[in-house]
Amino acid sequence: MVVAVEYISKEESADAESATHGVTGILAVQGAFAEHAAMLDRLGAPWKLLRAAEDFDDSIDRVILPGGESTTQGKLLHSTGLFEPIAAHIAAGKPVFGTCAGMILLAKKLDNDEHVYFGALDAVVRRNAYGRQLGSFAATADFGDIKDFPLVFIRGPFVVSVGDKATVETEVDGRIVGLRQGNIIATAFHPELTDDTRIHELFLGL
Amino acid sequence: MAQNRAELNRNLAQMLKGGVIMDVTTPEQARIAEDAGACAVMALERIPADIRAAGGVSRMSDPAMIKGIQAAVSIPVMAKVRIGHIAEARILQAIDIDYIDESEVLSPADDVYHIDKRQFDVPFVCGAKNLGEALRRIAEGAAMIRTKGEPGTGDVIQAVRHMRTMNKQIRELVGLRDDEVYEAAKQLAVPYDLAKYVHDNGRLPVVNFAAGGVATPADAALMMELGAEGVFVGSGIFKSGDPAKRAAAIVKATANWQDADLLAKLSENLGEAMVGINEDEIQTIMAARGE
Repeated sequence: MVVAVEYISKEESADAESATHGVTGILAVQGAFAEHAAMLDRLGAPWKLLRAAEDFDDSIDRVILPGGESTTQGKLLHSTGLFEPIAAHIAAGKPVFGTCAGMILLAKKLDNDEHVYFGALDAVVRRNAYGRQLGSFAATADFGDIKDFPLVFIRGPFVVSVGDKATVETEVDGRIVGLRQGNIIATAFHPELTDDTRIHELFLGL
Repeated sequence: MAQNRAELNRNLAQMLKGGVIMDVTTPEQARIAEDAGACAVMALERIPADIRAAGGVSRMSDPAMIKGIQAAVSIPVMAKVRIGHIAEARILQAIDIDYIDESEVLSPADDVYHIDKRQFDVPFVCGAKNLGEALRRIAEGAAMIRTKGEPGTGDVIQAVRHMRTMNKQIRELVGLRDDEVYEAAKQLAVPYDLAKYVHDNGRLPVVNFAAGGVATPADAALMMELGAEGVFVGSGIFKSGDPAKRAAAIVKATANWQDADLLAKLSENLGEAMVGINEDEIQTIMAARGE
């Protein structure tokens, strides 16, 4: 499902402008950030797009790292100056939710790429682990206590190994694709491309 | 093609949003593009400006050359086939391409029929000058749309015209009464269901990028302002004086297209832009290929 056209120019939800806390910042340098915004609108949660360092203000108390191209996002994270405030947010143990490229940005190590971005998630992740677009697929599996969640993988990664700090929440065909670590949720799949809001609700409850 | 596959293919285009897809002709150029932050590359033997200069029939690129680019970068790799060339498309699918561009930049193989893209597992992007063309391509199975622009000219006027035309026609369709959509579908020469989708949702059912003549950060920002969800840059980068710097600047401009202070900085000292040809100076109107 592609999101409504108003998301092309919408920078924040109506209730986010005056909010002093409780706003979800969505990294919006490249990728499917509007899909997360639409998801939060469905749940009535205030959100704000993070395009530049000054967008990260005191009202932000949780962060979403959306799908897209991790190489592109990684470069723009640094050139926009958004890397530092988001890294500080994660280091402070505040909630963060990474989907696909977001999981790659969170990982402490990639097994087929020398880059490390936030390095917060105690796991080794493989980029494009299922191959090119012909390897993209849909499946259904549990995310922890959330049963039968629809999983959409788009040139997705999977987790090669997990350290002591992270717990495995989702496995498909023997591959680890969903993790939690304190206030971090990381999925190799895209809940924002489905109609199922349960993982977003879990994230908003952190 | 399974419904599931069609949806997954539209989803990949969603992941490319807000990004820049760059034409590259060598693995070295592909790496420059990736390092600059391109969200995908388009592998082709000659960039549109050179295709235009060389004249003659232009065809799908050598698969060995495309594979070289696939091996060089980790981002998605797209490649072009001639309009209606089913066999070229099968070849690209066989080498595991991420997206096929059924493109007017190459010489059309068929002057009546486009490829039935629903018969393929890999996704297609197609060009469109207006809403009718976009919806006909989507009916045939295109998972992504781009404006046609006038490739290889460095002149953005046609991309602007196509984007404005398409979005104006979408707004007009949204404004109709429900019982007027049947006639609108007939006028647009598109299936009713797709006209109804646009009427109800105010947008195409797939992601829509700008393409053709984008040569500067300001051009990219202009296309985003006009409603593009991302930008293709063809000749504009590797026909310019400093490709790496220009590529990075266009990536940043596409991400932060509303920030004029940033655009001003990005536009400084980029070296020479591609020379370009004005719309009224060109001999071959590529955008007219395929309706």
